[in-house]
Amino acid sequence: MSAPLVSAKELGVTLGGHPVLRGVDIAVEAGEIVTIVGPNGSGKSTLLRLLIGAERASTGEVRRAPGLRIGYVPQRLAIDHTMPLTVARFLGLAGGGREEREHALQRVGIAGLGGRQMIDLSGGQLQRALLAHALLHRPQLLVLDEAAQGLDQPGVARFYRLIEELRAEMGCGVLMVSHDLHVVMSASDRVICLNGHVCCEGTPTVVSAAPEYRALFGFGTEGALALYRHEHDHAHAEGAPGHHHHPADAEA
Amino acid sequence: MSPLDDFLLRAVLAGIGVALVAGPLGCFVVWRRMAYFGDATAHAALIGVTLALATELPVVAGVALAALAMALTVSLATGRTYAMDTMLGVAAHGALAAGLVALSLIPGVRVDLMGYLFGDILAVSRSDLLVIWAGGALILALLIWRWRGLLLATLNADLAAAAGIVAARERLLLTVALALLVAVALKVVGALLITAMLIVPAAAARAFAPTPEAMAVVAAGIGAAASAGGLAASFRLDSPAGPSIVVAAVVLLLLANGIAAVVGRGGGSGGAGRG
Repeated sequence: MSAPLVSAKELGVTLGGHPVLRGVDIAVEAGEIVTIVGPNGSGKSTLLRLLIGAERASTGEVRRAPGLRIGYVPQRLAIDHTMPLTVARFLGLAGGGREEREHALQRVGIAGLGGRQMIDLSGGQLQRALLAHALLHRPQLLVLDEAAQGLDQPGVARFYRLIEELRAEMGCGVLMVSHDLHVVMSASDRVICLNGHVCCEGTPTVVSAAPEYRALFGFGTEGALALYRHEHDHAHAEGAPGHHHHPADAEA
Repeated sequence: MSPLDDFLLRAVLAGIGVALVAGPLGCFVVWRRMAYFGDATAHAALIGVTLALATELPVVAGVALAALAMALTVSLATGRTYAMDTMLGVAAHGALAAGLVALSLIPGVRVDLMGYLFGDILAVSRSDLLVIWAGGALILALLIWRWRGLLLATLNADLAAAAGIVAARERLLLTVALALLVAVALKVVGALLITAMLIVPAAAARAFAPTPEAMAVVAAGIGAAASAGGLAASFRLDSPAGPSIVVAAVVLLLLANGIAAVVGRGGGSGGAGRG
């Protein structure tokens, strides 16, 4: 087994006096797709920020492979409207020549938008521009923070398929966060359920075979989505403040 | 006789020297919404002048030190107890008032208060000119050296971190650059109008620029034009030079937005006058 691209042991972080993460072990290897799911406020984004080096851990440590190239796709990019920024210039900040930039745009499906201002892009186009920016880093590890947020289900499925293809082309590891607790990318090699700590870990149930799941997801998604079955082997003390498992379960 | 013997030429060169740096640096002030931060830093200049007079340091060094101390204090303290704008308002006005009081307490020194508040560009000496251009070149070199990191950190701190750039370090660099500019520009526009030289040309440039780099270059150009135009107007109307330069910059900003509104959003010039 080769050394992981990024790994963390006993990771904990306290922000503003509140413990956000504790005792988290995680590792992502080359060519592997790892999906992190968890309810809002479960520390998913914080975990990503720790792993890419944007945040310091209070306990434990993060190890990154030496010289690791990370392509990061943030949840959103709030560009101040006072800053003029074309898509091409934004991609240029990641590096690469003109040809590489055009290829990256084509690869993510927004060829020809290089001259467009970033603030004029639609939500889906912006996600793809962010992905193209990440690809231009020639990443060994692609990190996506709720990148499919705001897309409809066929849109999510298309986006997931694109990630899957990119993984196959580049052999990079993929670490992504999703707020959807039950519907995950079917190509995920592992799913980690996070809620301050790792609640459970497993593989997604591939749904393409079962007709009732097919009906649930429609036919447009062509097997890009899968269900994740949570298997929690522990219970949390009732009434522990701020610690509820999966509010989405209650809503369903 | 050297052409630099002409006080008007020295003034024009000083104004342009400051504008060429204030334009690009001002873009970051605008993008990062640091206008009040700029005010707080600039208003500390009077404390710096007092410090220099009391210790016989060069005025530029005293002002740079005071501005830097103020900028660092403010960036460390923001968001602790009060909202950002309250904090910065306290710092800006507190520093100005404290500077005025401190200056009055120095015995036996008559200072040209108006000069420190609004600039004294017509009295720029050859050595002032050297300080302005050398200091300006240093700031510009810093900006060019860290340009990509500064832009990425301004766009998104996490995006910067993933690319190996520490956003906090880039912010510190901007803070230092701002303090240096205050020291360099004090003679030209004075403590009260330095922020104007930062944000007015940059805001005017927004209308015409498709990229951050274009905005920085256009802002430098607009600032230089405002310096020359303001000085010419000041010479003709016998108006104070520093404020005349700022008025010229504001006129250019209005013209720029007027033109952008008439021409409309064409040719990738982006959202002129938006928001």
